This record gives sequence, C-alpha cells and structure tokens, in this order.
Amino acid sequence: MKTLRNIIGIHLSLLIVCCIIYTLVIWGIGQIFPSAANGYPVEKNGKIVGYKNIGQKFTLDKYFWGRPSSVDYNAASSGASNYGPSNPEYLKIVGARIDSFLVHNPGIKRSDIPAEMVTSSGSGLDPDISPKAALIQVPRVARAREISEDLLRDLIENNTERPFLGLFGPEKVNVLMLNLDLDRAAEK
Amino acid sequence: MNTEIMGVFAAFIITILLAYPLGKYMTKVFKGEKVWTDFLSPVEKLIFRLSGVDPDKKMDWKENLKSMLMINLFFFIWAYLLLLIKHPFMNPMNIGSMEAALAFNTAASFVSNTNLQHYSGETGASYFAQVFILMFLQFVSAATGIASASILFKGLSQRQASDLGNFYNLLVKSVTRILLPISFVLALVLLLNGSPMTFSGAKEIVTLQGESVKVATGPVAPMIAIKHLGTNGGGFFGANSSHPFENPNYLTNMLEVITELLIAIGLVFSFGFYLGKKKLGMLLFGVMTIFFISFSSLAIHWESRGNPLIDNLSISQNAGNMEGKEVRFGAAASAYFGTASTATSTGAVNSMHDSFMPLSGGIFLIDMMINAIYGGVGVGFLNFFVYLVVAVFIAGLMVGRTPELLGKKIEAKEIKIAAIVLLIHPLLILTGTAIAAHISAVNPSVGWVHNPGYHGFSEMLYEFTSASANNGSGFEGLGDNTNFWNIMCGAVMLLARFIPIIGPVSIAGMLAKKKTIPESAGTLRIDSATFGVVLISVIVIVAALSFFPALALGPVAEFFSI
Repeated sequence: MKTLRNIIGIHLSLLIVCCIIYTLVIWGIGQIFPSAANGYPVEKNGKIVGYKNIGQKFTLDKYFWGRPSSVDYNAASSGASNYGPSNPEYLKIVGARIDSFLVHNPGIKRSDIPAEMVTSSGSGLDPDISPKAALIQVPRVARAREISEDLLRDLIENNTERPFLGLFGPEKVNVLMLNLDLDRAAEK
Repeated sequence: MNTEIMGVFAAFIITILLAYPLGKYMTKVFKGEKVWTDFLSPVEKLIFRLSGVDPDKKMDWKENLKSMLMINLFFFIWAYLLLLIKHPFMNPMNIGSMEAALAFNTAASFVSNTNLQHYSGETGASYFAQVFILMFLQFVSAATGIASASILFKGLSQRQASDLGNFYNLLVKSVTRILLPISFVLALVLLLNGSPMTFSGAKEIVTLQGESVKVATGPVAPMIAIKHLGTNGGGFFGANSSHPFENPNYLTNMLEVITELLIAIGLVFSFGFYLGKKKLGMLLFGVMTIFFISFSSLAIHWESRGNPLIDNLSISQNAGNMEGKEVRFGAAASAYFGTASTATSTGAVNSMHDSFMPLSGGIFLIDMMINAIYGGVGVGFLNFFVYLVVAVFIAGLMVGRTPELLGKKIEAKEIKIAAIVLLIHPLLILTGTAIAAHISAVNPSVGWVHNPGYHGFSEMLYEFTSASANNGSGFEGLGDNTNFWNIMCGAVMLLARFIPIIGPVSIAGMLAKKKTIPESAGTLRIDSATFGVVLISVIVIVAALSFFPALALGPVAEFFSI
C-alpha cells in the first residue's frame, strides 16, 4: 500500500513538473518570439505562403525546383522512399527523373546533374538544394521568365547560405526564399 | 579538410568537452553533495512529501529493483490505457485512438526508452499523447536508466554493505537535476531556430505555386530536447530528425547529436569519479571511443563515396549518397548522426537508414548488437559492465588467478548472471528474425519487406535488433504496423530493457556485500592498456560469434552484390 502511494505520488508530481511546468515555460517563452514558435512562417502580400524551413513543390519552369519528394511536399505528413541502394525499382525511378530533368533543362550535361536533384530527401520536405543544383537551372528559368541569367546568378549568390560559422556543414540554397526573391525581381 | 568533415569533428570534440564536467556534476548529484542546482531542492522535497517517500531510506539491491519495476509497470499501464482512448482535448487534428496491439507496442516502446514508432506522429498521436504520454515517458525512462547506473556505482564502491541508495530519490533527482535543466536549454535553442511550440494544429496555406497544403505543427521543441538528451529518439513527426521542424539547421543538428551522446559519455566519466578511479573511467571511455571513431569513419566514408549503382547513371555524386538525406546536413553529418544514434540507444534519425549504403547499415546494426558503445543513458553503462565482468573473468582465467573486479571476487553466480544478460540479446534478435524471415519467405503476400533480396532480410534483422537494443530506429520501409510486429517487438523491447537492468544491478548488489581483498602484486590490474585490449577482444568475439552469420546474409551479401 505504501509502495503504491509512493509510486502514484512520484508519477503525478513528475507529470506536473515535466509535462505541465516545463512545457508551459517553453510555450511562454515562445509567446515572446511568435515567429520562431510558429516555425518561421513566410509572408507575401500579407499572406502566409509557406514556412522558411519547410520545402514546397515547384514544378513550373519559371521557378527553381527543389528535390524530389516521396510525400509530394504534403507537409501534413512526412517521409522518405526508404529504397535500399540496390533496389532495381529505385534505380529505375532515378533514371526516369534524370530523363525528365534533361527534357526540362535542355543543353545541360548529364554529368552536371547533382544527385540530390534526382534522389528524394529524408523528410520529403527538404527546403534546400546545393548552389550547383540551383545554377544548372538558370538557363531554364531565364528562358521561362525572359530575364537575364546574370540576374538569376546574383539571386542565387545572395541566397546561398554559407556553412555554419563559415566552418561547419555544407553550403545550401533555400528554394522557397530564392523563388520569393525571384518573384520580387521579376515584378520590378 | 572540408566543412562537412569539420562539422562532424567539432561535434565530437564539443561532446567530450561537455561530458567531462557533466560527469563530475552527476557524481555529486548521485552522492548528494553540494551542487549549484541545490536551489531546486524545495521542489524535490515537495515531491517526496506528497508521495510519502523518505529519500534517505537505505535500500538494498532487491528493494531498489522492486521499486524500479513497480513504478515502470505503473508508467506502462498509464501509457497503454491512455493510448487506447481518443483524447477529447489537446487534439485539434481530431486524431483517433490506437488499436490494442499498436498501443501495446507504443507503450512498451516508450517505457523501455526504445521509441520504436509503428505509428506516424503527424497522423497517429494527439498533442495530449505527445506531451502527457510520450514525452513524459521520455523523461522517466531516461531517469530510470540514470538511477540504475547510479545504483550500480554505489554497489561497486561499497565494502561489505547492502545499501545501494534509494531508487525513488535517484529517479526524481535524475529528472530535476540532470534531464530537466539541460532539456530546458536545448528546447529553447531549438525553439529559436524554428522548432515550433504551438497548440493550434495544422495550418492551411497556399503555396507560391498556388496549391493549398496543410502543414503539421505542434508542441515540438520541448519534446525534441528530451528525445535526444534521454537517448529516446521518438520524434514528433514521422520523418523524425530529418523533418525541418524537428531539426531546422546545421546548428540544431550538431546540438541534437551532441546531446544524444552527452549523458552516456558523462556517465562513463562519472563511474571513474564515483569510485575514485579516474584512470579506469578513462580506459573504459577509450575502449568505447575506439569502436565509435572506427565505426563513424567507416560510415562517413561509405556515404560520402556515394552509391556505385548511381555512378553508373553518370550523374554527379560529389555530395555522396543523398537518397533519404537532407541537403542541410550532407552525407558526413548524416552518417555520423546515424552512428551516434545507434551507438547510444537513441534511434533518432536525420536521414533514412533504409537508404544508406549496405555496410553503413551494417555498422548501425553492429552498434546496436554491441549496445554498449556509450549506450543508452544509464543502461549503456550497465551493458558495458557486463562485458567488463566477462573480460575480468576471462583475463583472470588466462593468467591463472581468481578473477577480481575492484577488489571483489567474481564467482560462479555473478558470471552466470552476466552470461544470461549477454545471451538474451542475440537470443531475442536471432529468434525473432528467424521467425519473421520464415513467415515472409513462406508467405510473401504478408508484404512486410519493402526492398527485394538481401536488403529485405536486413529490414527484418534491423527491426528486431533495434527493438532488442532499445534503440528505436528502423529500416522504415518495413511494413511494421501489423499485429505480428507490434506484439513481437513490444515483448522483445520489454524483456531487453529490464533483464539487462536487473542482471547488472543484482551483480553489483552481490559484490557490495563481499569482503574487499586488498590490492597486491598478484592483483590483475584492470586499468591497464593490456586489459583494454582484452576488453576490446571480448566485445568483438561476443558480437562476432553471435551475429556474424546474420550480418553475412544481410548487409555483407548486399555489399558484394553491388
């Protein structure tokens, strides 16, 4: 009986400490930083059009594309292909993506296509591509928008995030932020 | 050196620099000495008063184990019953209840610090479940591990006494003094980097291209902090730490991988401080680190090298094998994360293990098969202690002396317990995999495996290894939300959690009561490099003999077929 009281007592007290107090304190601090606490929503003309870190689907030629996604960038869920490296079906899909990429981007060499543009990400919501993957899309976007390639290269340069502290991790370009800049530049 | 490798290197160095002082601090907490967090003691006193616990009551190993099992049973019942019902509040997405087998699996999984998830967070768990069931268990299961390690330390430092500390006291203090303060800081950094903290449910937005999409969100930041710190690994979202809301950028990725290792490594140092044998603590840390660095380097090598079958398609694979990985982390940090997550029993993933190269997947399997390279918080050290006992026994026999550990004779009873604990792990993994492989071969229409051939076998082997190692990562292609996998894995997780706590703690309890034999010229020195080599050999031999055939059928065969 005594043990039962001990156990229930500790159970309930830790529930209050860990689940109520801890969560509420973090939530309270989140109220001071509403943008962060909501996952950094991105607005355009006063409307939320996305989240900085959540990738979205770009299929039109006039936008820079992100990576293939197994959940089709449906952010209500998340997930990956889970294809093993030797799965023939996987290799077939990658082959088909390469062909389709070449059709939409005539003139680029096969060996210029970075692997991330034809392989799907872990979350299915990867917001980034490498600077190189953005650069090879420049001719296509320039043609679709009828704007100069130099301007696009500048936009990519401005949107390239260097490694953390300049030292750690890969370079990357956030596709949504790049496309927002692109829309803005095209409107001018 | 490129920036990807530098990132990994920095993460590891920072981990050690933080784990050392944390080890000192935890030792003081265990011994009840003065620490800077003593301002929290009124909270603890209140908890003890409300629950009628006398935190200074001396308990022997049997009483401690009894309390540990009883309270964990209670945690399990809490989780199981609440998962069976639909939650009327904190459930903006109106998510239904779990069916019985899935609820059993999930409760077992979180009580055992495994966090194998056969549901998907966005669609399978209400906010109430995430906070009051899953996150709660992430705290208390980690605290159970830390408290058990502390009981072991005390047992090994006793001379002819039966007092092993007070489990309730250690459990509560593990939460208030260790897990909560660090989680708080981590949750804050995660929040500021864009890990959401809101109760308002999925947001509907119209994208730049004009499509409407719902974006799942929730009280993410607090859970992710303890998920890593407590080597739990159960994510808020289905995609775990590859999801941009769980792991928004390279900084958060470094912090997540650092905190996974932090307490596990800290406890190895703490063992040395507690017993006043710093050199021995260092030796054990060294042995684990040799494994860890070798394994990380190999996995990083294979992932950065890329997939030869993709090379055949003649595209550029400079970034490495990117299937299932995120651009913001890159191949190296993903491979390192995977190694750290499987070496400790975290099981969080920032990239999909199913899509790793065959031998990287093999490394993850070996990590979990050894299950003591740092290991889960607390239990990792308990597992390592079992290897230590066996190594002392073997080394003693080789030089023809009575085996002694820290001045205590190791006798038949202790060795029998150690052997059972060592053998339960391969028994659960190999039996489970054999049954699953049989069913899947006889009746392929069950549709469990997602990838054909050797890789499909690896998927099943991985699932049981992960369950038995209380890891929780998966080759997620496996269709595992079925009665077979839910019930089998649930049972495996519970057995593999509690037997390896009961075993080492009872050994410590028995050793505590024994007379201490003064060190003499005839004593086998266990803090020497020679003994380190023996220890490494024992680990390699045990793991290799038990698991090599299974590994040969899965990852090794796949490697040679590419």
